[in-house]
Amino acid sequence: MKRRSAALLALLALAAPFAWAQGSRMTLPKTIEAGTAFSIQTSGTGKATLYIVGLGGALKRDIQLGEQVLFPTGVLYDAGQYLALLNQGPVTDTESFDVVPATQPAHLSFLAKPSRLPVGLHQGISGAVYVFDAYRNLITAPITVSFDLSNRPGISQQRTIVTRNGVAWTEMDSSAQAGTDEFVARAGQVSSKRVIEQVPGDPCGLKMTAQPAGKMLEVQTEAVRDCSGNAVPDGTIVTFTENYGGAQSTADVPLKHGIAQVEMPVHNGATISVASGVVLGNEIRWR
Amino acid sequence: MKTGTALAVAIALATVALVVIGTLWPVSTAVAFAGGRTLERNSSSPQAAVENLANDIRAQAWGNAYTSLANKAEFTQAEFVQDLRGVHPSLRTYATVQSFEVEPLRAAQDQAEMRLRLHWSTVVGTFVTTRDLKLVKTGDHWSVDWPLVKEPQVPPQVIPVNYLRWDVIYPGPGDSWGAQEVEAPHVRIIDMHPVQRAEGVVVLGELLNEDVVPAYVSVKATLLSKSGARIASEDSFDKIAHTLLPKQVTPFLINFPDAQLSDVGSIRMDPVSALVSAAADPVIEIEDQKLTPAPDASLIGQLVNQGGQAVDIAHVLGTFYDKSGQVVWVADRYVDRALLPKTPVAFDIHIPEDLARKISSERAIVATYSSGGFS
Repeated sequence: MKRRSAALLALLALAAPFAWAQGSRMTLPKTIEAGTAFSIQTSGTGKATLYIVGLGGALKRDIQLGEQVLFPTGVLYDAGQYLALLNQGPVTDTESFDVVPATQPAHLSFLAKPSRLPVGLHQGISGAVYVFDAYRNLITAPITVSFDLSNRPGISQQRTIVTRNGVAWTEMDSSAQAGTDEFVARAGQVSSKRVIEQVPGDPCGLKMTAQPAGKMLEVQTEAVRDCSGNAVPDGTIVTFTENYGGAQSTADVPLKHGIAQVEMPVHNGATISVASGVVLGNEIRWR
Repeated sequence: MKTGTALAVAIALATVALVVIGTLWPVSTAVAFAGGRTLERNSSSPQAAVENLANDIRAQAWGNAYTSLANKAEFTQAEFVQDLRGVHPSLRTYATVQSFEVEPLRAAQDQAEMRLRLHWSTVVGTFVTTRDLKLVKTGDHWSVDWPLVKEPQVPPQVIPVNYLRWDVIYPGPGDSWGAQEVEAPHVRIIDMHPVQRAEGVVVLGELLNEDVVPAYVSVKATLLSKSGARIASEDSFDKIAHTLLPKQVTPFLINFPDAQLSDVGSIRMDPVSALVSAAADPVIEIEDQKLTPAPDASLIGQLVNQGGQAVDIAHVLGTFYDKSGQVVWVADRYVDRALLPKTPVAFDIHIPEDLARKISSERAIVATYSSGGFS
């Protein structure tokens, strides 16, 4: 179908120069909003064929010259440049016109990165919005987009950006409080929501205690928190290392209910240390 | 044409002749591998008795092996098989004997002692088990007194486990362009160090999962020449713990066989991470880790499963540091026994002798695999 349209367009384009001298017998708007109804007024007498050719395809109408040709809503909806060709025998009139995106946003493509980041990161969150009309044409005219990043206690950061060439983007800070934030972009009546998980940073002031438990030694951290006071999430690995008489025992223990706990062998004079990732905690010498 | 026909007939006749010869007078090794017993000799000497037993174990002829034992009344055939292959699924369950060695220790008129080394083959490499066997002479033949080692049984009990697990929901196929992806875990190489070994260049290092979610990790390295041209690319394969929980550190080792460090201008490191469903349990404690000096330098220790579920296969990775804290070697060992709750299982990791003298400290971690997935 497209190949036939292209061949037809080429043929008509070759014939078009012969028609320039006679003047156009079509009157049509220079721009049409995507998806709206429009009409082409023709002049002259006799039967003719009207072609509307664009990048996506072609329309063909057999018409009576002198009448108005009506195109209802939703016939032309892909934004771009179109060519109207009126063909009667060897004579072809040509007019070009543009189909432009609708002014009302209908869809937003919202790219929010990253979906998860540590707390307290300056300009760590970026959001980019592409604004589209109901027919998925990128609206290149300036549109005001508002960005709103809010967390559960109701603390929010807001930005208002005007699109350039269909795109608006912004950067925001991650807050000091861990949690799941909602990142909302809004343009006109449409909005798009993304979830940004703000997670605790590295453990801070990692501290453990030890006490005998039968033949074993029970070592346990205090509640592990980051430097902003957020509880480090369960599952985070805490490494206990016990050194005694040239030997050592180690255990990688996940936090559960905020603490890490494990039983290790009792050795008098043993040194027990605790770490998580690259963060070192306190050290205990057992009697 | 006539020559071709004659050649074809000659080949056909030779084939038939060889088949007949092979059937009537087969090679003993072939018979043994086919499940026959021709390799076996009369147990008229301690050596022959142990070799016969080892051949039966290799052929997995458990009935024959059990029947040949002098002390079979002390245990059942099932217990004998469990001693060799494990009660719980483990590396041994899927291993086969590749070869064996028999070494005489002492011999008397009607008693002898022999050492049997069984070389087992598995998908992750080989391991060796050694048993010192007593043999008794009954009449004119020798029989093995099998030193049965029973796997410890865990007493019935309830071990509470606060099971912690992560699952991942990925974007569906219907989600449009611009829909949110779930962020891959953030990982970081915290140490990297290339060394020249006789077999080639080895890149050693450590990788940290600095995120709050579990990560499936791998490390790829590319050697670049001084002019920037690519020499070779390799990845860490199984010389890494692939599943890293938040803030967990794994060593990695990447081999570049036949490469020369003097040819290398730079190394490009590509740590790869992906979200993975994982569980935080079981916790494996590594007790009594000791570095034994050369010769036979190794890291020895015991694994203790602190959880309530048996671990089928444990993979111990050791990172070895020099006095300045720089990684000088990474070595690993798969443990052939299942890790039962609260039951210590010994392990040893061999260290190259020339490096043993440089090692000042070490750190070991365990990756575990259980039926139905890995954790």
